[in-house]
Amino acid sequence: MPLNILRLKHVTVVTTKKNVKALRRETYTVDFIKKQIEEFNIGKRHLANMMGEDPETFTQEDIDRAIAYLFPSGLFEKRARPIMKHPEQIFPKQKAIQWGEDGRPFHYLFYTGKQSYYSLMHDAYGKILDIEKHKNQLQAKGLFSEKNKTIDLIGSRWLIKEELEEMLVEKLSDQDYRQFVRLMERLLQSGAAEEEFVQSFRRSVTVQSKKQPIEPVQRDAQGMAFSTSEGKRKSAKAEAVVYEHGSGRIKVNGIDYLLYFPVLQDREQLMFPFHFLDRLGKHDVTCTVSGGGRSAQAGAIRLAVARALCSFVTEEEVEWMRQAGLLTSDPRVRERKKPGQEGARRKFTWKKR
Amino acid sequence: MLKGVASLVSRVRKLDPGHLRLGTQAPQSLAAQLDNQVSFESPRAISCTNENDPAKHEEKHEGLHYNLPLQDVKTVFPHGLPPRYAMQMKTFNEACLMVRKPALELLHYLKNTNFAHPAIRYVLYGEKGTGKTLSLCHIIHFCAKQDWLILHIPDAHLWVKNCRDLLQSTYNKQRFDQPLEASVWLKNFKTTNERFLSQIKIQEKYVWNKRESIEKGSSLGEVVEQGITRVRNATDAVGIVLKELKRQSSLGIFRLLVAVDGVNALWGRTTLKREDKSPIAPEELALIHNLRKMVRNDWNGGAIVLTLSQTGSLFKPRNACLPQELLGKEGFDALDPFIPIQVANYSPKEFESCIQYYMENSWLQHEKAHTEEGKKELLFLSNGNPGQLERLCAYL
Repeated sequence: MPLNILRLKHVTVVTTKKNVKALRRETYTVDFIKKQIEEFNIGKRHLANMMGEDPETFTQEDIDRAIAYLFPSGLFEKRARPIMKHPEQIFPKQKAIQWGEDGRPFHYLFYTGKQSYYSLMHDAYGKILDIEKHKNQLQAKGLFSEKNKTIDLIGSRWLIKEELEEMLVEKLSDQDYRQFVRLMERLLQSGAAEEEFVQSFRRSVTVQSKKQPIEPVQRDAQGMAFSTSEGKRKSAKAEAVVYEHGSGRIKVNGIDYLLYFPVLQDREQLMFPFHFLDRLGKHDVTCTVSGGGRSAQAGAIRLAVARALCSFVTEEEVEWMRQAGLLTSDPRVRERKKPGQEGARRKFTWKKR
Repeated sequence: MLKGVASLVSRVRKLDPGHLRLGTQAPQSLAAQLDNQVSFESPRAISCTNENDPAKHEEKHEGLHYNLPLQDVKTVFPHGLPPRYAMQMKTFNEACLMVRKPALELLHYLKNTNFAHPAIRYVLYGEKGTGKTLSLCHIIHFCAKQDWLILHIPDAHLWVKNCRDLLQSTYNKQRFDQPLEASVWLKNFKTTNERFLSQIKIQEKYVWNKRESIEKGSSLGEVVEQGITRVRNATDAVGIVLKELKRQSSLGIFRLLVAVDGVNALWGRTTLKREDKSPIAPEELALIHNLRKMVRNDWNGGAIVLTLSQTGSLFKPRNACLPQELLGKEGFDALDPFIPIQVANYSPKEFESCIQYYMENSWLQHEKAHTEEGKKELLFLSNGNPGQLERLCAYL
């Protein structure tokens, strides 16, 4: 259902009650947006010239890189840094004025309140009915083939409510959204005819799980196969060297791990990767660690050891380790103290007077 | 018949895992009979041995636990056992010690000592929790069985810290007395060495104070009594006992074993202070002074076995475990020459035996403790350290 084109505001100067509502929201007029787009394009060409690149083949990524280079910003919030994007992405999509000069709305479902949503539902249901009619016809003729071409749903997901709202430029409620999803699924069930239509409402889910950095496979020295890797936690950095054939001795900074970590909890952390892979007494480890506290050092060594073990272990087990959380570095860092508070979260004692 | 009884007993044990007495008493007698006949597959045989006499402990007994009769324990160790071990003893209702290499080595040396030569000093050292004190107890038990006179100081650190009252010594104005510790020690000494006290006669006259004195020729028992009753003179009594024993051991009437645990306390620092808050050096404590004289090897007719301990030591870093570090230069020079014996963590066989022992006494209640993986986990977490293993198993 195409949206109505934005009309010039000065046409609707007729001050009927229906137009007051439109005047309240700040609307970007068609002219304004067009001007912005022209300015953007000109600016793009200027930027390409500045960077010494070809203006014709200057993509959005190039623009981003150029801006980051010309205006380096130290702000932590990425959205606060300078950006130069197409006006369509910057200015929010707005609904055009939905009624004409005489006050009569263009869309037949205007008075439902959510015209695009209901028109979408209506269309989808119409398609379902069409498919069923087609099926009945085929069955009557006897040409109905049992093959159900099921559309592959793996690797894609339905639009989430926010995305649907953005697409329809209308606010939806949760029940509306659920109803929509049910209708789509029913459409899928009835037949594979409207694949394009359905796929326009699905987004792919990137399978990012398999992308584990493959660790350097064993290196040999003196005939002993071993592998090295690093790990970090809070502010402790550790580097571990895991030997493939050993008897389960671990040395930390040259000291036996029993003496370096007198606390049981730290030793349990060290034990976790080996215990998970059932290789408790089979490897020797020598590691160096610095920084952080007792617990942070234990966590850093654990991560380093798990990463080093990946090179001695099958792909499946690497995947298991990743799911167990052995290969993810802990992002938790000490939170900064804020002014006006005693600590990161603790406020000063509140006195009534 | 025996097999039937064995299966019945094992069934009974399976039914009542909580009844320790039933479990421990019955298989012991069984094992005694069975061991003589066939090597039966009773789990007791893996971790325990029947040989209760330390004198007969050989290398083949290494890693096995032997039972100490409770009666012996009361006489020989009134004060000598580490507190955790005493708790374990109370729980299991029996005292079992593991036979380990350092102890066997020491026993070998002791059996071959030449009593004409000056007493040799043996120093047991090692990481924290590896079993130095219990090895010492093993040696003491052996010597008790061999009828030696045992001079056992359970922890020398107790004499250099946390002392309530310090009196100025009557004997020597420079030194300080510790009546409480001395009297406690005298009581325990009496329990251990009852039979010797009447035999040994002192060879000098000692004057306690204006009214009391002790004549030459009276027995050592009287000195000890005097020390116990008159707490003020207890330290002096201890000094007299030590002096007499040293003098008379060379005569050959008895053999003397000096066993000191935590000997690094003798040469370290103390936490005690005088009234004017100035610190006291160990030499100024009468007990320590006498003990130092005892530990010097200018007498013969016995042996000196010492243990270093970081746990109770004062002002020493946690990872210090070598004799040089713990004794300091002074102590090392004073003890030099000595024979150092290192006590290490459990070997795999010893570890296995320890776990078996705990399992027989139903100490490990966790389901996974019986499996191979569980054992591997325990081995990893404790790294074979007996102290750590014991603390770990306490949670299971």
